[in-house]
Amino acid sequence: MSDAKPVRFMSGGSAGGTSPALPSAPTVTRVMATVVLALVPGIGVYAWLFGWGVLVSLGITVAAAYAFEAAMLRIRGRPVWPFLKDLSVLVTALLLGLALPPLAPWWIPVLGAFFAVVVAKHLYGGLGQNSFNPAMAGYAVVLVSFPLHLSRWPAPVTLLDAPLGLLETLRLTFLGQLPGGMALDAITSATVLDRLRTEGLAGDAGAALSALPFLEAFAGHGVEWVNLAFLLGGLWLLYRRIISWHIPVALLGGLALMAGAFHLADTGQYAPPLTHLFGGAAILAAFFIATDPVTAAATPRGKLIYGAAIGALIYGIRVFGGYPDGVAFAVLLVGLTVPLLDQYTRPRTFGTGGRLR
Amino acid sequence: MKRRLWSFPGGVRLPGFKELSNREAIVPFPIPRFIVLPLAQHAGQPAEPLVAVGERVLCGQLIARPAALVSAPVHASTSGTVVAIEERPVAHRSGIPQRCIVIESDGLDEWLPPNADEQDPWRTPAKQLVERIRDAGIVGLGGAVFPSAVKLTPAKPVDTLIINGVECEPYITCDDLLMRSRPEAVLRGARLLLELTGARRCRVAVEDNKPEAAGALEQALAQVLRDDWAADMAVVQVPTRFPAGGEKQLIRVLTGREVPSGGLPFQVGVVCVNVGTVAAIHDALFEGRPLISRIVTVTGDGVAAPRNYEMRLGTPIREVLEQVLREDAQDMRVHIGGPMMGFALPDDRAPVAKGTNCLLVRAQPAETRPAEAMPCIRCGACVEVCPVRLMPQQLYWHARAGELDKAQKQHLFDCIECGCCAHVCPSRIPLVQYYQFAKHELREAQRRARKAELARTRNEQRQARLERQKAEKAAKRRSRGKPKRDEGAEAAEANGDEAAA
Ligand code: SF4
Ligand code: SF4
Repeated sequence: MSDAKPVRFMSGGSAGGTSPALPSAPTVTRVMATVVLALVPGIGVYAWLFGWGVLVSLGITVAAAYAFEAAMLRIRGRPVWPFLKDLSVLVTALLLGLALPPLAPWWIPVLGAFFAVVVAKHLYGGLGQNSFNPAMAGYAVVLVSFPLHLSRWPAPVTLLDAPLGLLETLRLTFLGQLPGGMALDAITSATVLDRLRTEGLAGDAGAALSALPFLEAFAGHGVEWVNLAFLLGGLWLLYRRIISWHIPVALLGGLALMAGAFHLADTGQYAPPLTHLFGGAAILAAFFIATDPVTAAATPRGKLIYGAAIGALIYGIRVFGGYPDGVAFAVLLVGLTVPLLDQYTRPRTFGTGGRLR
Repeated sequence: MKRRLWSFPGGVRLPGFKELSNREAIVPFPIPRFIVLPLAQHAGQPAEPLVAVGERVLCGQLIARPAALVSAPVHASTSGTVVAIEERPVAHRSGIPQRCIVIESDGLDEWLPPNADEQDPWRTPAKQLVERIRDAGIVGLGGAVFPSAVKLTPAKPVDTLIINGVECEPYITCDDLLMRSRPEAVLRGARLLLELTGARRCRVAVEDNKPEAAGALEQALAQVLRDDWAADMAVVQVPTRFPAGGEKQLIRVLTGREVPSGGLPFQVGVVCVNVGTVAAIHDALFEGRPLISRIVTVTGDGVAAPRNYEMRLGTPIREVLEQVLREDAQDMRVHIGGPMMGFALPDDRAPVAKGTNCLLVRAQPAETRPAEAMPCIRCGACVEVCPVRLMPQQLYWHARAGELDKAQKQHLFDCIECGCCAHVCPSRIPLVQYYQFAKHELREAQRRARKAELARTRNEQRQARLERQKAEKAAKRRSRGKPKRDEGAEAAEANGDEAAA
């Protein structure tokens, strides 16, 4: 035994599925990176159709969110680097940025990021502890406080004679200056959902909807292309098993069911389900926002109820509420019920409960 | 014939790494100079030594006897002299040293002469067979090390005997090799157990990633059935999914029955025995050989030639490592058991014991050190894979917050510590360690409560006795003087109550 080889043994337990002897499941960082990647096609199409404003606004939101996150981690005495590295801030910032209108003045996204990161996330205890979806909480606060700024959406660049360049966009965002002789109204337009609620199907929107070719027809204004790209990313997340099917299917199902029922009841007044699915932020909500692991229900049955409730509520708010799109409020409201949902939908532990089929 | 199979909830698909060690035949590992035999190689009470330091023992000789019903004897695993009976490091998760009998081998490996009056097992009554299984020191060799004799005397008749050759943990191949090399022993043992338990049918379950083992068993089964065509025995291949070899999961897969929460297999009419255990029972009953050795898989990228060894119990793991490690081995991590349910070896002086099925030796590249655990992001990945359908993240919150009663209410004790939840957790939380800790704390608390309860009742009894004595004295005193009627009656009543209680 004396001529033992110089072998050093590591101490400390590592089994119980966390052994380095097995290839490991993705980490939080990997999960979040995949989500970001899945957002890229949607963001690309969005920017391509609606101009530089999209990228400028996303850039401001991301920078602000990271600054607030780092500051909060510092203040709370948490290790800064591992938490910045986990990319969950990036996902929050991107979702918030996508919810805000691209040409809003710079302090709108900064304010949104403040509420999302500082209030909704860190004051509730940080990653994993927050009960409100941070991106939606940030958006909701800004929406309630500055409804006017949040109602100006850019018109698709294809409809403009002279779309803004990068520099002009930056000047508009930071200084509020437009190129000489141009009015803000010239580059913004009401969204499909806006027009639906102000004019109904009988108005311009309705006419535009029915007159345009297929893809343009069901949601109008190029938004459907953006949403198709997000749908693609979402399906990829499903395929990569980053999210489970329950929430997207239930959410879109709930929304489509409501829209379908009302549309059938009165075709003249209520827009068809496709318009609702592709006309606003429903796709983004179904695959990216409502699936936020921290604030969503965790049990399979809980997820179905959670998703369906959000879908139904989105429709309710859009059609009967005071805001054109209801994603944020729906997600926040249903999020309140998650602890209860999880408690009441807890799976039946193996070996409890009566006879099996 | 295609048999209906059921499935269990959750589970994960894991890479097997079986081909590392399953290509070579089993070889005997040389008998070391010093053999260290722990008195507690089984679940239950440690055995009581029957030998003294300085005594010469023969291979197969009983050197420690069971101390309770749930306990098991220990036999000398080679001939030599007892040189110490003392605490030594053992291969246990806790790292706490335990009493061991240390034998210095005389190199002769001289066996105890066989017991001539043991009869043909086929003609021995079940009760006696169980006794012989107990006397041979046989415990569950799949890792649970529960005394087999206890398991084979269920409190209620059973109809199904399951022989578990699933071996679902990655890397481990000792059962695979056993089934390939000695299928007759497994099936003959199983046939006898069928008789012994009174079960109607026997199913030998093998995971479908081990076609050779299943083939060997099928062939041997044909042989058995030729002599004994009426026996309802079959080899069943089950889908490869961890933890298909868990007792409750396997029972579910084969029979569709669900062992009740906190219950035992016999409650649904099943006895489930590991293939290694069946072979050991076979050797004990047909060859009169007590449990003195076992097959151990030695594998992992730190091992020069991974394979299975037949090792004498008590072989110090350090000696094994010295012989099998790769030349350039550095900074090794040694696991006892598989990567999912095993544990890091706390001390390499610990010996191979009855439950040591695998030594997994891994070189540990610096960059794959287990990452820092991040906060739980409530993603529910753990919920999806839990084979017991628990909510692992909630158990974790409760365990972390010290709300052990809540964890218990959520069936913490049904957790089989399979590690599926921790394996998929994106935050890399060592969930199972929290459950083990919580269970340990709860058991301790229970033990303390029982003790306190015992002390309380003792104290109450003592108080009552003192009161009674006082009352008796007072009564006597009164009866000597002028008895006051009502008080005397009261005292008598009190005495009557006491007597009734
Ligand atoms: S897998 Fe890990 S991070 Fe996800 S819910 Fe379970 S414990 Fe939390
Ligand atoms: S270790 Fe326990 S909680 Fe985790 S998956 Fe296995 S049985 Fe479920």
